[in-house]
Amino acid sequence: MTKQFLLDGQPVPFEDGQTVLEAARAAGHYIPSLCWHKDFPPHGSCKLCVVKAAGRHVSACATPAKEGWEVESNTPEINGERRGLLQMLLVEGNHFCPSCEKSGDCELQALGYEYEVLTPRFRHFFPDRPVDASHPDVLLDFNRCIFCELCVRASRDIDGKSVFALTGRGIDKHLVVNAESGRLADTDFAKTDRAANICPVGVILHKRVGFAVPIGERTFDLATISEKTLKEGSS
Amino acid sequence: MSALPSDESAALDGILQRHRHDPTRLLQILIDAQDIAGWLPAPVLTRIAAGLDIPRARVEGVAGFYSFLYTRPVGRYRVLFSDNITDRMLGNAELLDALCRKLWIEPGKMSEDGLVSVTTTSCTGLCDQGPAMLVNGQAIGQLNHRRINEIAEMIRQQRPLELWPAEFFQVDDNIRLKGALLGLEMAPGEALKAAIARGPEGWLAEMQASNLRGRGGAGFATAVKWASARNAPGELKVIVCNADEGEPGTFKDRVLLNRYADLVFEGMSLAAWAVGAGEGFVYLRGEYRYLRPQLEAVLACRREAGLLGKNILGQPGFDFDIQIHLGAGAYVCGEESALIESLEGKRGTPRIRPPFPVIKGYLGRPTVVNNVETLAKTCLVALHGGADFAATGTAQSAGTKLISISGDCAMPGIYEYPFGAQISRILEDCGASDTQAIQVGGASGICLASYEFQRRIAYEDVPTAGAFMIFDGTRDLFEVARAFIHFFAHESCGFCTPCRVGTSLLKGFMDKLADGHGAKADLNDIDWIDRLLKNASHCGLGSASPNPVIDTLQKFRPAYERRLVSLDFEPAFDLDAALAEARQLTARNDPGAHLKTHEEEEEK
Repeated sequence: MTKQFLLDGQPVPFEDGQTVLEAARAAGHYIPSLCWHKDFPPHGSCKLCVVKAAGRHVSACATPAKEGWEVESNTPEINGERRGLLQMLLVEGNHFCPSCEKSGDCELQALGYEYEVLTPRFRHFFPDRPVDASHPDVLLDFNRCIFCELCVRASRDIDGKSVFALTGRGIDKHLVVNAESGRLADTDFAKTDRAANICPVGVILHKRVGFAVPIGERTFDLATISEKTLKEGSS
Repeated sequence: MSALPSDESAALDGILQRHRHDPTRLLQILIDAQDIAGWLPAPVLTRIAAGLDIPRARVEGVAGFYSFLYTRPVGRYRVLFSDNITDRMLGNAELLDALCRKLWIEPGKMSEDGLVSVTTTSCTGLCDQGPAMLVNGQAIGQLNHRRINEIAEMIRQQRPLELWPAEFFQVDDNIRLKGALLGLEMAPGEALKAAIARGPEGWLAEMQASNLRGRGGAGFATAVKWASARNAPGELKVIVCNADEGEPGTFKDRVLLNRYADLVFEGMSLAAWAVGAGEGFVYLRGEYRYLRPQLEAVLACRREAGLLGKNILGQPGFDFDIQIHLGAGAYVCGEESALIESLEGKRGTPRIRPPFPVIKGYLGRPTVVNNVETLAKTCLVALHGGADFAATGTAQSAGTKLISISGDCAMPGIYEYPFGAQISRILEDCGASDTQAIQVGGASGICLASYEFQRRIAYEDVPTAGAFMIFDGTRDLFEVARAFIHFFAHESCGFCTPCRVGTSLLKGFMDKLADGHGAKADLNDIDWIDRLLKNASHCGLGSASPNPVIDTLQKFRPAYERRLVSLDFEPAFDLDAALAEARQLTARNDPGAHLKTHEEEEEK
C-alpha cells in the first residue's frame, strides 16, 4: 500500500524521500515556489512554499512527506502569508512590470496575479542597483533580483563556471559576477549557459529578443502559473 | 588583474602558505589579509581566489558577508562604538558625536586623509562596563567624555595603539556571585583523568545522569547530542565550542574565556573523549579577538602537559587538538549550522535541517556544537559525578546558570545562580531599584514586566542564554524594542524572504512611530509581520526577531500608543524632511527653508 498524507483534506500519495511539494504537484495540487527547481536540491529561501504540516509551518520544498500528516496549503491563512511574501519581494526590488521586457514570462508577476497582489502594501525600498550591459549578448538588470540563487547554482553546478555569487548581508545582499571589474563581459559567461536561461524574473535578459514574442501571447498570458506548473508536472 | 605592491603581495603569499592554500580557511585568510592594509582591495580578493583555486565571486561573497571585513577603505584607526541598548542608556550616541566633532568627521565616513573612521557595531559584550568601543579590534570600556578627549588626541597624533594607556584596554571580569562553576579550583587535567578512568561509555552515562542541558539558550540535552554524534556514521568527528557570544547583553562567555579557559578547553576534551572526536574548534567571535593570544597560550600549556595532542594522558588512541577560528562580526554565526558554514570558510547562512550537525556537520562530519558555559560545566560532572550535578537546580534544569547582568543596577557583572532562582532575588542582589522591566535572554529573549518578577530562571519557566538587562522607571520600552529591531535588521543574513525583508520593514515601522508619523494601521502591520517572521523564517534569528516587539506591545502598549498621531492611517513620507538635502546643499537652515514654519508664516 502506498503511503499518503492529507493536503487540505485531499489524500496525496507519496514515495519515501519525496518532499511535500513534489508529492503534491505530482498529485495535481499546486504549491507555489520561486527558488525551487526540479534540477536542483531544495534551497528553501523564498518561503512561498511554506505550508502548515501537523500545525507547524515548514517549507514544502525541503520537508520530506510523512505518512498520515495533515497539511494545510490552499487556505486563507497560508495564501495570505504568500501574498505578503510576494509584496515583500515586490517592494524590496525595483519592479515596474509595464516597462519590463520579461512581463508575461515573469514568475514573480505571475504569482502576483495568482495570489491577488493588488497593492504594494509596504513602503518601497527603492534600492540603487545599476544595470550591467557590458556583455555582448546578455543584460543584467539587478533591480529585479529576488535572490533565488538559481543562476548561482546553475552556473556553479551545471555550467562549472561560478559566474555568479551573492555578497553583502541582509537587506544589502546582492548579486555579483566573477570578475575583479564587476562586469559580466569580463567573465566567461555565454548566452547558452544554463545560468543564462534560468532566471525566474527579469534579471538575466538576452539582448535583441526582448519583444520577439508580443505581450498577450506570452507564457502567463496563455495560462496561469498554477495551470502551467501542473501541466508540466513536477518530475 | 590589477597589480599589487610587491611587499603586500609577498605578505599575502605568506598568509596563503600559512593556511596551506586551504579554501576552508578562507575567512581566516581574509581576516589576516585585511591586517596588511586595513581593508581588502579588489586585487587582494583576486589574488586570494587564485591562491586557493576558487572562483573570485565566492571570495567576494564571503568578504561581503562579515561586518568586520571591509571591501572599501576604512580609517587606519577603526573606531566602532558598541550599540547595545545598555550602551545607549549610558550615552554612547553623545560620545560618538563628540568624538566625530573633535576629529572633524561624519559617522560612518572615513576622514579624507584616511586616518580614522567612526561608526557603530552590534553589542561587543562589555555591557557591564559600557559604554564600550573597539579600536582596531581592541576593546575599551567605561567611556566618558574625558576618555573620548584623550582618544581623539591620540588618534590625531597617530599614536600607535600599543602606546595608549594600558588601563584603557583593561577589561574587568566583574564576578559578583560565585557558585559551583566559578568557585571551582581545578588543576588542568583533573576532570579529564576522572572521565578517562570511567571509559567513554561510563563517562557518557555520567553525563546522562547529570541532565546537563545546553547553556546557549535552546536547552538541548548535552548527553543526547554527544551520544548522537558518537553513534553517527563517520570516522572523523568534530567538537566545536560556540564562543560566538553575540546575543546583546550577554558576556558570561567572555569572562569564562578570560579567566576559566582551562575549564572550557577541558570540557572540549571531555566531549571528544565521549564522542571519539579528533578535531576541535573554538569559534571565537571577532569582537573577542583580543582574547586570542592568551587563549593560544593556554592551549600551548595544555599541549605541553599532554592534555592535547596524541595519546592524551597516556591513553593510546585518544588524539585530540583544538584550534581557534575567528569570526568577523556576524551574529547569525551563533546559530550552529551557520557557524559550521563559517568554519568551512563560507558565508554564515544557516543550513536546511535535517540533517543535523551531529549527523552531518563540519565538512559532512558528525559535529557537536556546544556553548562555552556548557563545556565548562562538564568538568563539574566529571569531577563530582552526574548525580551530584543534577542535585542542584530544578526538576528540568539541573545545575547552575551564569547570568550577565547589565543596565539599571548598582552592580552589573556575572552572577552564578542555581536554576530556579527568582527574578526578584536577582534584582535585589545586583542592587536594582524601581525596575520597570527586564530583558532576559538578550534581544531574542523575553521582556518581563514587574508583575512577573516572581518567575524563575529555568528552562521550564524563563529560559535564558544568560543576558539580563534591567530597565528602571525612567526608560522607554518602545526605544528598547526599537534598538533590538535595528539589531536584527542589521544581523539578518538575508537568506530567506521573511527575515531579509521583514526585519527591515519592521525597522521602518518602528522608525516611523519614533518619528511621530505612527497610526493605528501601523500597529496592525507590525502585528502581521511579527507573525510572518515567527512562522515562516528559515532559522531562529528570524523567528526570534519580532520577540521584543511582541512582548513590549503586549506589556507596554501605551509606550506605542502615545506615539500614534492618528487612529487611522498616516503616511511615512515627510515633506519637510525631504528638503533636508536641498537645505544642506544651499547651506540654508532659516525658517523659510522649512516647510512647516514657512506655511505657518503664510497663515499669519
